[in-house]
Amino acid sequence: MPEFLSEIGNTTTGGLAYVGSLAILTGRAGYFTLIGPFRGQPLRLRSSIAQAMEVGVRALPILSLITFFIGLILALQGAYELRTFGAMNLVATAVALGMTRELGPLITAILVIGRSGSAFAAELGTMKVSEELDALETMAIGPVPYLVAPKFLAMIVMVPCLTIWANFMGIIGGSVFGVSSAGFTFGGYIQASLDALFLRDIMTGLIKSLMFGITIAAVGCHEGLSTGSGAEQVGRSTTRAVVMSIFLVVMVDVIFTAIFFFLSPQ
Amino acid sequence: MDMEELEKPPQPEVMISLKDLRVAYGTREILHGVSLDIMRGETLVILGGSGSGKSTLLRTLVGLEKPRSGEIWFKGQNIAAITHKEMDTIRKGIGMSFQGSALFGSLTVGENVALPLREHTKLEPSTIEIIVRLKLDQVGLAGFENFMPSELSGGMKKRAGIARALAMDPEILFFDEPSAGLDPIVAAGLDELILQLKKAFKMTIIVVTHELASAFLIADRAVVLDKGSVAALGTMAELRASDHARVRQFLDRVPEPEVSGEMDYLQMLTEDNRPGRKGRGA
Repeated sequence: MPEFLSEIGNTTTGGLAYVGSLAILTGRAGYFTLIGPFRGQPLRLRSSIAQAMEVGVRALPILSLITFFIGLILALQGAYELRTFGAMNLVATAVALGMTRELGPLITAILVIGRSGSAFAAELGTMKVSEELDALETMAIGPVPYLVAPKFLAMIVMVPCLTIWANFMGIIGGSVFGVSSAGFTFGGYIQASLDALFLRDIMTGLIKSLMFGITIAAVGCHEGLSTGSGAEQVGRSTTRAVVMSIFLVVMVDVIFTAIFFFLSPQ
Repeated sequence: MDMEELEKPPQPEVMISLKDLRVAYGTREILHGVSLDIMRGETLVILGGSGSGKSTLLRTLVGLEKPRSGEIWFKGQNIAAITHKEMDTIRKGIGMSFQGSALFGSLTVGENVALPLREHTKLEPSTIEIIVRLKLDQVGLAGFENFMPSELSGGMKKRAGIARALAMDPEILFFDEPSAGLDPIVAAGLDELILQLKKAFKMTIIVVTHELASAFLIADRAVVLDKGSVAALGTMAELRASDHARVRQFLDRVPEPEVSGEMDYLQMLTEDNRPGRKGRGA
């Protein structure tokens, strides 16, 4: 029994220490992104834009395809229940709310984890193994301002942007079902979606997606920077980055969804 | 400057002074109290077998490892106890060539060499370009600015890494295993380059190696590390005459008799001659 309790204690303190180190990294990256430029440290705009291209723009085709079908699936699933009540006209509402409040941000985050969170860990991990991070350090160039901060900036900007696009594509996907099987015209479907949405729905989704972006960047970079020695460690870091990011994104989702629920007017 | 002062014979000036330096990874102590003076303008070779702590010593000197206790005096500062910012100022005056060259794979050779200049100076891009060409020329890589590191051979990568280390005109140049993984001809070429750099720039050069042939060629003085302690210190001729058992064994390349005792065996299994793996391998 005491061993069991100490195991729980160790796991808890380990988890808290992990979150703590993510917070420290986020704080340092935030400093070099938001405050550093006003104190004479250059904001690395060029490499931030390059990262943003990789994180955001190159993710667009696959994100469009996935969220289009997610929207379609949502419409089908919604209609499955709604048709028993003869309320097929509510399909547009179901899809619009489901996408903007939950699935748009979440699917975007998971896709970005798979494409970029893992890439961050692999890139930084490989640099650690080949002593490139040490080389930066001995040249008095900090790895955080030089490598990590641009990745944070790219994530913070691009994940919410991708989420807006994901919401849009989801609604378009839903409209395919709406137009073909629920008696909507295309214009009517879009109008019904817009009528269903409040600004609050979109904003809560975007705030969540911003937090997801920070989480993904923090986990990916932290795992990369703390890679051990050898090629297999890079693989481990990458796997851990993906698994931990998905887990923490879901945790952040729970926390923020709960906050929005209790804060919102009845 | 006074004429009298000029006529005085040059006094060897201490560049770096180590006092009872102890470094540990976790609970495992790697360096057990190393004391050592490194003179300005000399080439000091740090010799030792795998796991002797020679790479750890080098990493500590450039500030990549924090010592557990002891002092490292450099330019009137104890760099074992200064802030990150102060260390960065010192680092702008040193250059380091890494074992695996550590060039940034996403940048061309020229951009690699230009990186410290772009980061730390306000020089015009055209000036930086000239400096880069000069530095590459000095290491025998003229015309390779636009190559990617992956397009270079092992020896050329090392040379490019040295050019990058030279970019800021450092006072001290550190080499971690310059000839590791290179064929003897290319390795001899690098030894030649180190000698040239010393002659041309009067730099203080600190080289970690286990290549005896290379040490005999380049060293003014050498220090032999054994299990984290200084076993011998002196010119190569003095080391040759040493009767310290481990030094003799190292210089005469006598193999370890056999693994003795459980502790040594564990050490052999877990030790790696490239340290810097905190919390791992210990």
